[in-house]
Amino acid sequence: MAKPAEKMDAVFQRPETLIDTNFHFCPGCNHGNVHKLVAETLDEYGVAGKTIGVAGVGCCVFLYNYLNIDVLEAPHGRACAEATGVKRVHKDKIVFTYQGDGDLAAIGMAETVHAANRGENFTVIFVNNSLYGMTGGQMAPTTLLGQKTTTSPYGRSHEGDGYPIRMAEMLATLEGPSFVARVACDTPAHIVKARQAIRKAFKMQIDNMGFSFVEILSACPTNWRLDALTSQKKLQEEMVPYFPLGIFKERSTADYL
Amino acid sequence: MSDTTQQPQRQMMKGNVAIAEGALHAGCRYYFGYPITPQNDIPEYLSAELPKCGGTFVQAESEIASINMVLGASAAGARCMTSSSGPGISLMQEGISYLAGSELPAVIVYVSRIGPGLGGIAPTQGDYKQVTSGGGHGDYYSIVLAPSSVQEMFSLVQTCFDLADKYRNPAILLTDAILGQMKEPVIVGPRPEPKAQDKPWALTGNQGRSKNLIKSLFLGDGEMEVQNWKLVEKYNRLKAEDTMAEELWMDDAEFIIVAFGSCSRMVESSIRLARAQGLKVGLIRPITLFPFPEKLIYERTASIAKVLVVEMNTGQMVKDVKVNTHKNADVFFYGRPGGGMPTPEDILEKIKEFY
Ligand SMILES: Cc1ncc(C[n+]2csc(CCOP(=O)(O)OP(=O)(O)O)c2C)c(N)n1
Repeated sequence: MAKPAEKMDAVFQRPETLIDTNFHFCPGCNHGNVHKLVAETLDEYGVAGKTIGVAGVGCCVFLYNYLNIDVLEAPHGRACAEATGVKRVHKDKIVFTYQGDGDLAAIGMAETVHAANRGENFTVIFVNNSLYGMTGGQMAPTTLLGQKTTTSPYGRSHEGDGYPIRMAEMLATLEGPSFVARVACDTPAHIVKARQAIRKAFKMQIDNMGFSFVEILSACPTNWRLDALTSQKKLQEEMVPYFPLGIFKERSTADYL
Repeated sequence: MSDTTQQPQRQMMKGNVAIAEGALHAGCRYYFGYPITPQNDIPEYLSAELPKCGGTFVQAESEIASINMVLGASAAGARCMTSSSGPGISLMQEGISYLAGSELPAVIVYVSRIGPGLGGIAPTQGDYKQVTSGGGHGDYYSIVLAPSSVQEMFSLVQTCFDLADKYRNPAILLTDAILGQMKEPVIVGPRPEPKAQDKPWALTGNQGRSKNLIKSLFLGDGEMEVQNWKLVEKYNRLKAEDTMAEELWMDDAEFIIVAFGSCSRMVESSIRLARAQGLKVGLIRPITLFPFPEKLIYERTASIAKVLVVEMNTGQMVKDVKVNTHKNADVFFYGRPGGGMPTPEDILEKIKEFY
């Protein structure tokens, strides 16, 4: 029998920037993973003390309850405009928005596209759970064809509802962004990739490379009416084929160089 | 307008430009806006001047984006501004409500155009009720100032910045194309260096302090009521300390006209005509439309029994005058909407009718 170690080394800790409290998120929702990845990244770069987060309106509105940083609550959809204002004032600080798919891809589409196109030097964390979580599971621009939601009870049809919007691909066509990627948090391997993408996105901002964008596919078990594990399976089998994971744009030199 | 002399100088300036230069004098270095007539001179002037003094000019994709950029810059601790007209200001209402709800200072310049709808670009005072009643959703008010000369465009925009900061509340400078497009002599000194503002609540990163949070969501039981009462307290303080009005010819007045902004200038001309005919008419010109000079109206109408309200609309400020008028006085109204302008002779006729 091995002797107990005199002094144990910590091999895993809560990121310092992640506040020690319970999330309000439902079991199986990936918002919690994403919060943790953002906190880890801010710790790694040692920038939490000079970071300003801008929370969208949706399940992520309570960002300030979980991250120990300065936070601004933006009106629904406008986070990229708020972040533009903040970053133009504090060019030396780190600014990011954290938004859902209703917030970013429906009501806030114009603000998102134009901030990206101006190459505003902040980072967007975009959580795509294929519907409006906070308001009770209504259809979003990212809802899959055939997917039933509380406002598409017969399943989303391209006739009348249009097609699910692929934000990452769309923004990657613009000149402004420095980094555009889509990741998921469904498996440990994917979480590692998600961490790398979020790290890269913040690094782009630290290096003044301009607008960086990470879309994270997330499950919403409550509104999908599934348990946590089945939700992750659905994410892999239905979301990933339509919203492929990967890096869609990565700049090696900044605009101003 | 890089004025290198140390002495204030008299110069001809367009109203809109005076607002823009006034904002720079107030230390505003961040402007976010979207083009709309009749206020385009403001963004045009600032797009040229801000880069010269280390400032930032952003032409936003819409007025919705403009006001939200203002919200962000304000939360970051900066003096910042946007400007627009009717349709654009309507789009900003959600953002203005959030500014009030989050207790953030900001200056919004409103150069009115006739409405409703796309309307036209002629001058109007038809937006009085929109701005003085809050305009967006919820139980809040914006501070509203109404200049009546180009000199006041220059000075009152600076007052807007001071009051916005003092009360952590949005402040609106309400004017129209008459004043915006008119050139008048203005006394302007050299542009001062922006003063550092003490804003411990601003979002700057929480290094060395606990985190700051700027929000307007209050979901806890009773929290929102507490927040609403806090706002009321602020508006009461604003009323007590910063209500402004000008009184002219009031010493011997037997008849009062209440008018604001560009309209008050036509009223001044009509009062000169009336006085030449022996009619003792005085003018009360509210400078702050919110807070409205309630007490002044009440006190003056206790001894002067007739009040004529003249506006370039179908009757908006007259309602505020009526509720604050002493019970002994009668209130009359004369107004023209949709770009119709009352001439001094028109107003004189009304004075004679009601005197
Ligand atoms: C102007 C406005 N319209 C509608 C709402 C109501 N609303 C709040 S959150 C939300 C949708 C949130 O969905 P999403 O952005 O996808 O985020 P999630 O909750 O799924 O994470 C809506 C429509 C609002 N707050 N403001």
